[in-house]
Amino acid sequence: MTRQLLTGNGAAAWGARLARADYVPAFPITPQTEIIETLAEWIDRGEMAGRLTTLESEHSMITAAAAAAATGVRVFTATSSQGLLYGLEMIYTVAGWRVPFLLVNVSRGLATPITLEPDHTDVLAARDSGFLQVHCATCQEIVDTVLIAYRLAEDPRIRLPAIVNQDGFYLSFTREAVELPAPEAAQRFLPAFDPEAIRFRASRPLSQACAVLGASSYSYFRYETHLASLKALDVYDEIAEAFEQEFGRRWPPVEAYRCDDAEIVFFMIGAFATKAREAVDRLRDAGVAVGLVRPRLVRPWPAGELRRTLLRKRAVVVVDQNLSMGSGGVLHAELAATLYGQPGAPVLLSFVGALGGRDIPPEEFFEMARLAREAAEKGEAPAPRLLYTAQELREMRKLQAVAHAERKELP
Amino acid sequence: MFRIRFHGRGGQGIKTASQILGSAFFRSGFEVQDAPRYGAERRGAPIFAYVRADRSPIHERGVILRPDLVVVADESLVPIPAAGVLQGVTSNTLLLVNSPQTPELWQQRLKLGAPVLCLPVESEGEDRAGLPHIGATCAGAAARLVGVVARESLVQAVEDELAKLGADELEFNLDHALAAFDAFSRHAGRVQEGAAIEAGGYARPEWIDLEPDAALFAAPDVEGAATSEGAKTGLWRTLRPVIDYERCNRCSWICSTLCPDGAIRVEADHTPRVDYDHCKGCMVCVAVCPPHAIAAVSEAGARAEESPA
Ligand code: SF4
Ligand code: SF4
Repeated sequence: MTRQLLTGNGAAAWGARLARADYVPAFPITPQTEIIETLAEWIDRGEMAGRLTTLESEHSMITAAAAAAATGVRVFTATSSQGLLYGLEMIYTVAGWRVPFLLVNVSRGLATPITLEPDHTDVLAARDSGFLQVHCATCQEIVDTVLIAYRLAEDPRIRLPAIVNQDGFYLSFTREAVELPAPEAAQRFLPAFDPEAIRFRASRPLSQACAVLGASSYSYFRYETHLASLKALDVYDEIAEAFEQEFGRRWPPVEAYRCDDAEIVFFMIGAFATKAREAVDRLRDAGVAVGLVRPRLVRPWPAGELRRTLLRKRAVVVVDQNLSMGSGGVLHAELAATLYGQPGAPVLLSFVGALGGRDIPPEEFFEMARLAREAAEKGEAPAPRLLYTAQELREMRKLQAVAHAERKELP
Repeated sequence: MFRIRFHGRGGQGIKTASQILGSAFFRSGFEVQDAPRYGAERRGAPIFAYVRADRSPIHERGVILRPDLVVVADESLVPIPAAGVLQGVTSNTLLLVNSPQTPELWQQRLKLGAPVLCLPVESEGEDRAGLPHIGATCAGAAARLVGVVARESLVQAVEDELAKLGADELEFNLDHALAAFDAFSRHAGRVQEGAAIEAGGYARPEWIDLEPDAALFAAPDVEGAATSEGAKTGLWRTLRPVIDYERCNRCSWICSTLCPDGAIRVEADHTPRVDYDHCKGCMVCVAVCPPHAIAAVSEAGARAEESPA
């Protein structure tokens, strides 16, 4: 197998091509645009079958994606940040249609202020929609995960749309060596989509996604979507197993790195988790027993696997690359809910950082590990910390002085 | 691990430079990560790109804070703090600057103790910043300086990245990449692979607890015109639009309306005037003027004429 240098966007496009997507409704947004440009070029040159249509907004794009999926074809689409939010009404709506398709989200911080670089606040806005949600940390993982996520989404026990998330810039524009699955192997692993009864026939009318006007029937359908998502935990394991057999690469629902004998564990999702992994190696060199836990599956939330991995650790350092305004890190709250009241629950430390792509240098990971050991000794977690340094504030104050130059009373 | 940063301006092929070097490393058996980093601005705006290369898998990610080699395609970026050319540069970093000045002069100016090399001047009066092959030249020089890339791997890498541009472009860039590769043979292997930051005895981050500021102050607002006035985006230019007033028919609105920076003012007698302190050199006005009255001239050439030093 030959490896080649590919960006995250290139890897996502290859995923769609190897999955033999039939239909690609598209709307451009930085840093996702390269994905649809690449697909458009392939389709134009006849290297990829299928059809790409540009829509006038993400709202229409998501609607078109689900409507096409409801006719029984394999659909691929992609967006980012404000685009995802603009489509959010339909994201929540179409998950309940129980038709599978795949959306690659290229994470980018949300406005305001507007920015281009990544954090996960955008994709977590879709957290409660019913979409399956898988987070990638490398370019290889993106192409592999697109194939895995299609198979998961299309499984007749699940039938939910899926989001595969990659970080803008640090994956989307970053080239790394990627081994592309051979088309025949991809076809074996992910055969043509069998839509069963959701095949569209003009001669056979079918009302999909009907309204209900009763709380019990409403609850039934909402619970069923939730249960299907939870069911995806078991089905995921089967699929990951099959993937490993076909391609030799293992993509567990939760990646645990040097965790077996670890006392302290970093907990992160996405591309910057590789930075935590690097910090784990350096800390191990210095004799500190640390590990990294990186959930790939965020929806469904792999609670059982997380309990198995994290109970009886001394402390877990949760680094949230997102911010729920007025609360804090989303993953910290989710993990607390998972571990609370369980025997051997570790102390949980909360750090919010890397918003809008702000770097987390190795020293910050080392310091988090030090604080975690301290917290484990005391049996008490310190207050959540928003990662920000005195130097950053000095620079911010300078910018503010310029921005407010003409205001009379500066504070 | 090798950590290399390229700095230049949008349009100079800085991303291409990083990709050529990335491919050259990859073809030499290295694990590679290469990436460009740019903002919303394009042509003329400061951008950078970076390459990591190692013999084992790379887990570091994000911008390179402690580079082993910094390649500067456009010397005018060095003094601009926002361009971040000197970020993390220490006495262990090699600097390669595309500049007609001498390395000694740069070393005196920067006082960083970092060794400096300059790309050889090619021809007098040429618009160095606007050279179409400068990305390939920088990549070729960098490939030699790291000392672990064979000439053949560089040839293949340039082909990998530029074959799509057609045979002429490819040959043109290949010639320049190889000329730079050969020109730096004396300095082959000058770049030292930096070590990872160790966890024992690290410098503790100076974290602070942010306070809530008054909303009036904490909203992302910019007051008044002074700031855009003060940001001399004219420094971004590699090409300068020059209006030929003989040809200009005083249409009085096309160039001035379409200039994305509002850098063309129309006087009462309908004469357009370019504000060179702020014109970024995007060449939109050159493209849209109906009687073709605006020419694109080399900025470096125009400056040299203004102040023959
Ligand atoms: S349109 Fe012309 S005047 Fe305006 S910024 Fe571009 S080059 Fe300068
Ligand atoms: S667009 Fe051309 S003709 Fe019109 S004002 Fe500008 S320079 Fe003159």
